[in-house]
Amino acid sequence: MPEAVLQSQSLSRTYRSGGRDLTVLKDITFSLEPGGFLAILGPSGSGKTTLLGLLAGLDRPSTGSVYLDGQELGLLSEDERARLRGEKIGFVFQAFQLIPTLTAQENVQVPLELRGDANAAPRARELLERVGLGGRGHHYPAQLSGGEQQRVALARGFSSRPRVLFADEPTGNLDAATGATIIDLMVELNRDLGTTLVLVTHDLDLAARARRTIRLADGRVVADTAA
Amino acid sequence: MSVALFVLRMAARELRATPRRLFLLTGTVAVGVAALVAINSYTDNLQDSVRQQARSLLGADLSLMSRQPFSPRVEALLDTLSRSSPSARVTSFSGMAYVPRTAGTRLVQVAAVAGRFPFYGQIRTEPRGAWTELQAGRHIVVDPSLLTALGARLGDTVSLGEARFVISGTIQSAPSDVGFRFAFGPRVYIPAKYLPETALLGFGARVQYEAFLKLPARVSPQALADRYRAALMPERVRVRTVAEDQRNLNDVLSKLTGYLGLVALIALLLGGIGVASAAVVFIRQRSETIAVLRCLGTTAGQVFMIYLVEAGAMALVGSVAGALAGVGLQRLLPRLLAGFIPVDVIPAVSWGAVAIGIGTGVLVGVVFAALPILAVRRISPLSALRRPFESESPPRDPWRLVAALALVTSTVALARLQVGSWRQGAIFAGAVGVALLLLWAAAWALVQVMRRWLPERWPYVWRQGLANLHRPANQTVTLVLAIGFGAFLLGTLYLVQYNLLRQLRLTGGPARPNLVLFDIQPDQLGAVERELKAAGLPLIGPTPIVPMRISSVNGRPVAKLLADTSQTGEGRSNAWVYRREYRSTYRDSVVPSERVVQGKWWRPGDRGAGRISIEQDLARELRVGLGDEIVWDVQGIPVTSKVASVREVDWARFEPNFFVVFAPGTLEDAPRTFVTLTRVASAADRGSFQRRLAERFPNVSTLDLSMLQEALERLVDRVALAIRFMALFSLMVGALVLVGALASSRFQRVREGALLRTLGATRGQVFRVVLAEYLSLGLLASAVAVVLAAVAGWAVARFLFDSTFSLPVLPMSALAAAIVLLTVVVGLSNSREVVRRAPLEVLREE
Repeated sequence: MPEAVLQSQSLSRTYRSGGRDLTVLKDITFSLEPGGFLAILGPSGSGKTTLLGLLAGLDRPSTGSVYLDGQELGLLSEDERARLRGEKIGFVFQAFQLIPTLTAQENVQVPLELRGDANAAPRARELLERVGLGGRGHHYPAQLSGGEQQRVALARGFSSRPRVLFADEPTGNLDAATGATIIDLMVELNRDLGTTLVLVTHDLDLAARARRTIRLADGRVVADTAA
Repeated sequence: MSVALFVLRMAARELRATPRRLFLLTGTVAVGVAALVAINSYTDNLQDSVRQQARSLLGADLSLMSRQPFSPRVEALLDTLSRSSPSARVTSFSGMAYVPRTAGTRLVQVAAVAGRFPFYGQIRTEPRGAWTELQAGRHIVVDPSLLTALGARLGDTVSLGEARFVISGTIQSAPSDVGFRFAFGPRVYIPAKYLPETALLGFGARVQYEAFLKLPARVSPQALADRYRAALMPERVRVRTVAEDQRNLNDVLSKLTGYLGLVALIALLLGGIGVASAAVVFIRQRSETIAVLRCLGTTAGQVFMIYLVEAGAMALVGSVAGALAGVGLQRLLPRLLAGFIPVDVIPAVSWGAVAIGIGTGVLVGVVFAALPILAVRRISPLSALRRPFESESPPRDPWRLVAALALVTSTVALARLQVGSWRQGAIFAGAVGVALLLLWAAAWALVQVMRRWLPERWPYVWRQGLANLHRPANQTVTLVLAIGFGAFLLGTLYLVQYNLLRQLRLTGGPARPNLVLFDIQPDQLGAVERELKAAGLPLIGPTPIVPMRISSVNGRPVAKLLADTSQTGEGRSNAWVYRREYRSTYRDSVVPSERVVQGKWWRPGDRGAGRISIEQDLARELRVGLGDEIVWDVQGIPVTSKVASVREVDWARFEPNFFVVFAPGTLEDAPRTFVTLTRVASAADRGSFQRRLAERFPNVSTLDLSMLQEALERLVDRVALAIRFMALFSLMVGALVLVGALASSRFQRVREGALLRTLGATRGQVFRVVLAEYLSLGLLASAVAVVLAAVAGWAVARFLFDSTFSLPVLPMSALAAAIVLLTVVVGLSNSREVVRRAPLEVLREE
């Protein structure tokens, strides 16, 4: 078995809310091989999004550690984690989260420009082509439909050739048919680019497309298809 | 490099997408920059003009000046010098001009000219040629205001002392000094050869003797001045060169324009507050974008830089626009400041001032925006996924302290750039800071009070309108700051001006003496007193005046003291206290305008010889205290004195006040003149009395205090007008900040209006809610501003001008009303949409 691209070891996260401690995640341990496709499944409030935030280095665990490509995220400063995100991580959000003041093309270009890619523009055009939005690069997010926006977000997520792409309910704001095409695209890109996919959802059908499923309830892993 | 490129590119994209309304706030920077460029550009023009015209201001390369006729040694030196260089003499003094035809009299400043003065520049007269013809006969060239005052015309005969002259022309323009030297009377020029005929240079007259030299090009006036200065110092001769004159004049003028620049800077700083409040709103709107950028790998520092660069770019746009406007405005300033600027100012664009203005505008924009933009560092990338928990707010950002420090340092540095001193820059920044803090605290407190104790019984529209002042994300405090500061500034200026003029009028008030008779010789005193009695006029005085000079202080001869001060270079003012002529008096009682602060006043009838009471500032300058010995030269006779007391003197009173008062028993036999005060109620009677006096006693001068008072009032009004003009910019910035704040919360307001109407409110009610809000905002701002202005005005009057304070209720109420009106008008005109748009249309926009 190749070395894991993503590893979670005894991960816990506790917040203070309303004056009391609230443990959202308890002792999560798993590892994921490169090129894999993991779905994290669970009802709302089960800790899915918190886990995603920790795995992607957006947040620090209360205890335990996350390794990305063998690097422990907890040892990095916020700025170092930001740089790591820029290099190795892509995101797709439920609410698309395109930057409203940038065109589709510019949205896709941001991660490339951030790392100083001289070919940012042609590469972004190519990716938009890939998600079927070749002629729409100059449109602003507000001028695109929900499905189109999510496709732009997908192109952005993959633009920097991340090691891992995190998707948080990527079809949550879309109708079933549009959602399905988005997932098709993700699977296709996963296959072609070898990017590891981590998908968070409460949709069982969607989770069924993944090669592996981890089920969360009350902040604990209750089922893992790889186990 | 690539990171910098990314930051610039993102900033450019954000700028492109920035709502147009935010550009309104760059307008606030523009207004401040306009004011600053106008005043600084004008200052540069002024200095250019001084440089070009300094030689004609002095009229020569070098001048020697003394309060007494030049000694034989000085005359010998002048003889030597004039062998190779043309020279001229001007003798200046004051006297009464009397025109028999119209029976008009007026105190004038006489300059008796010998030689072809001036060597540089020219005195323009009407008719032309009157100046060159001056020496051709018994001619007198006068200031045009004298003709008006005396009802005289060209060709009339004027008597000056015992001599008579024919008015041959009026002065159209002549180089002169700064300030109000001519407040004591219009200037007139006569040929020096007829000077003895006037008999006005008798004992006790204040005369200034001046010799002017035009040096050959190869001789450096400064080198010459430096060579002879030490030798001339003990002769009590002051040497002036063009370079020194220019330096002194520039010092005085740049102080004046520097202070005006500070007022302009206040407008710019208020603009900075506008920018900061815009940045707060903007960052709040952009928080999601920022979280996403962070997810995509942008560091907190990079995000900060993106928005800081954007703020800088917006400030640049505003500053360039402002600089353009300032170049236009600059043309107004010469007109505002005419009257106390001695040179002709030729307006020209000063690129230096434009560059400094733009740089200052950008700096202010950036340092004021930096603090709110630092909030981007607290936006977690996690918030792109979900709302953050309360425990996730990061600890206090140490960079905030850095940003605050940058803000304070920049303010002090900018102020220093205007006034040229770190100390004054810091005082300015401190004063502005305290005023802003007080405004802020007052606004905050009032908002709190309104929130807690808003009466339930008040009508709904009022409660709703007032509630808008403390709703979440309100901008009440910013608006009170922005509007209130302008009002505070105008209010304070008005109060200071009002109280200065009030004091002038009080001292010139009814029952106060308004006519000063001076240079009365001892043998004339009885006759003058009889004249006053015959006219039924009160007689206050007579006060004896004995002219004297210092010959030694505590045993050190003045020549040595003067040589010391010239060596240490401790400022000319210090030398002046040793060189000047003192006009002292003697009496046995303390007068109301003075107070003994050290030592004891002598008891009446206690005739101890040689005791003096000295004014406290002079005591400090001379470095003498109780018991110290000063020997005076009274017309060649040494008179020894001991300091018995030190007094504080209120110089602002139009009364004969003295630096040095002798105890009776020392000066009674010294040569002296007398001053007498009287009061003549009507101007016509004053005129006829002065005329009678001029006919009978040509050497006795009368100073009409009401005229002096008018001249001073004109001067105060003029300065106040210039300052107020600059202060208006602050008010303009306040109004712009209001417009900007309303624009940035426009959507929320329109939506609320629509909701209210959906719930059954009529348009009239919605209108009244909006009205209530701006009315209370305006009232809040103006109330706080007026109260603070009253405090500041009182402090200035009490501590700076040492006078009493009175609050003019009506004008201050008018100012407050104007501020309220401005707020309401600006508020309502920017809220038309709230009332006008159909509810459904608005709610659908969601």
